[in-house]
Amino acid sequence: MVAALPLTLTGATLRRQGKTLIGPVDLTLGRIGVTVVIGPNGSGKTSLLRMMHGLQRTADGRVGWSVADAIARERQAYVFQRPIALRRSVLANLMFPLRLRGASRAQAEAQARAIADRFDLSAMLAQPAPSLSGGEMQRLALARALITEPEILFADEPCAALDGQATRQIEALLAGTAAAGTRLVMATHDMGQARRLASDVIFLLHGRIHETGPAETFFAAPATPEAKAFLNGDIVE
Amino acid sequence: MIRALLLSALFLSAGSASAETMRLAVTTSFENSGLADILLPQIAADTGIDIELIVVGTGQALRLGEAGDVDAVLVHSKAAEEAFITAGNATHRREIMYNDFVIIGPDDDPAGIAQAGDAPEALARIATAQAPFVSRGDDSGTHKAELALWNAAGIPTEGDWYRPVGAGMGAALNTAVGMGAYVLSDRASWLKFGNKDGMSILFEGDPAMFNQYAYLPVNPARYDHIKAGPAARLEDWLVSERAEVLINGYRVADEQLFTFNAER
Amino acid sequence: MGDLLAGLTEAFRMIVTLDAELIEITLRSLRVTLTALAISCLVGLPLGGWLAVRRFRLRRAVIATMNALIGLPPVVVGLVVYLFLSRSGPLGVLGLLFTPTAMIIAQIIIITPLVASIAYQAMRDLWSDYHDLLISMNATRGQRIVTLLIDARRALLTAALAGFGRAIGEVGAIMIVGGNIDGATRVLTTAIALETGRGDFALALGLGIILIALALIVSWGSHWAMRTERQGTW
Repeated sequence: MVAALPLTLTGATLRRQGKTLIGPVDLTLGRIGVTVVIGPNGSGKTSLLRMMHGLQRTADGRVGWSVADAIARERQAYVFQRPIALRRSVLANLMFPLRLRGASRAQAEAQARAIADRFDLSAMLAQPAPSLSGGEMQRLALARALITEPEILFADEPCAALDGQATRQIEALLAGTAAAGTRLVMATHDMGQARRLASDVIFLLHGRIHETGPAETFFAAPATPEAKAFLNGDIVE
Repeated sequence: MIRALLLSALFLSAGSASAETMRLAVTTSFENSGLADILLPQIAADTGIDIELIVVGTGQALRLGEAGDVDAVLVHSKAAEEAFITAGNATHRREIMYNDFVIIGPDDDPAGIAQAGDAPEALARIATAQAPFVSRGDDSGTHKAELALWNAAGIPTEGDWYRPVGAGMGAALNTAVGMGAYVLSDRASWLKFGNKDGMSILFEGDPAMFNQYAYLPVNPARYDHIKAGPAARLEDWLVSERAEVLINGYRVADEQLFTFNAER
Repeated sequence: MGDLLAGLTEAFRMIVTLDAELIEITLRSLRVTLTALAISCLVGLPLGGWLAVRRFRLRRAVIATMNALIGLPPVVVGLVVYLFLSRSGPLGVLGLLFTPTAMIIAQIIIITPLVASIAYQAMRDLWSDYHDLLISMNATRGQRIVTLLIDARRALLTAALAGFGRAIGEVGAIMIVGGNIDGATRVLTTAIALETGRGDFALALGLGIILIALALIVSWGSHWAMRTERQGTW
């Protein structure tokens, strides 16, 4: 099986009503690691992730996977800031991506139960998903995203709406996922979280990549003054 | 999608095969009399014809005949019938029976029509008193008869007191009762009417209020599908002795409603 | 007031004695309306879903027209269907006039816009929720519509019940295309119109009470079958 990664963006730009949300972006994502995307609000973190995942089509430039787009789409997964739960049971939610791909009901159910176990969701399988708490629902969203064993997982500020305990849980699961070999690209505004998880960092400002590099060097000594100010907690305009 | 619907529709309708059916359009006043409930079963027994009765106003009945949607009509408006024949929609009309019209009004008779000598005088009293009067207003046989009476009396039907409702006999009677208004009705409909509430027959008997029913089979030359055979057999039955006995013998509240007057 | 009481008594009497005519017209009412409803849902629900997920230039115009068609006066529909099905009309050769089939056709035309419109609204709301997720999961258009249909099923039940209510109580169109023929095309509503016209209010009311009871039974039954409003469900 040919890997979908590396992913190369060339001059990729996203626009809405004439305004540039992000871009032009030139970037290559390799096969391993955890890339954390940081930047002030409105810098384009969500837009960058959505553009890479194909939720929005580029206005200019290219998002180039190493395989055909149709195949690449099957190898990715996405976790939204606010989890989207299907109005079904937790079990049905987990089975859904597999059923979309043509898996039989029995097969999908078996896999769903297995992953529910890993994600501590077994007790809730029969519950209607919308009745879950925020943390539980995000756990469900994460499990559902990973049930198809994607090559790359995009996560857009997955812990932004969660309390401390849930955040810790999700972070641990994400770390475990990355450790198991899934490529992780995550946006966050939590610098502590960024430091804990990142192997490399992309710092966005005004819709452009302002600075990028391996996590260690970036956090120890950011190259640009804006990155420095941002890490300091100052308001960067 | 439309094709599938049409095909399934064909299947649904094809299932309804019966011995002999024909469609007869009759007027609401005929249906309201209840005579059909007596005649239809006997017709089925004697001739084997199952009649599908479609009850509408005279105008609509004749339109159905003209369009070929029914095989025959039974109506009571000579002028309209003759126009129907002239237009080639039927070859002839066969008089079957008559009933009469009566003027209904509130028991206290505010216009005093009970003392009138004839129909024009009764109507004149209503107009003078400006008492509310409900008209069928629907171009039916009853409506045309009513207009003919106003014409004969030379009275213009203008004013708030004259209220055309554009409805069948039953609905018009309901409205008249509700308003306490005068109304012209065929005797049969009134006798069978279930909501008389403070109203009664106040004027009757003038020969001008004579109401002739005629049977017109739709001209088979116009359409291939017209069931000319059953329509002709029905005509024969309607002028038969059996029909005469049933029609003359039909009573509501001990009163004879129809008088058989067909020529054999 | 006395009439209302008489109506209740009459309704009771007809039910208890299993009045043959009552059973005949009630079954026919149900047959006509349920058939029309089934076909309307088969057309209207996917149509609503398709309109919810698909984007095309005339979309707004189509939706506005569909909503406007809800206000189509049933008696006008009846007249137009009559003109089509009349022997002198384009579809006269099918011989459908004055049959229950004609009544079904008229009712389909009347309730499909209603069903489609409510379905569209329900699935539009759901689609705005599910949009990102389903696209992220690479669902095909067909899969998206099916997902919406399944997850919006309770709102779609409302659409179906609205359609049922409209159809079971309709009288103008089916009077024209059905002819209210005794033993062939008479249903509850046309019988009520007939008895009202005869001034027999007690009987008319009795039939009306039965009609209402029928509508209630269907509604309660479907809600029970779909288990709506249960604890923890939506």
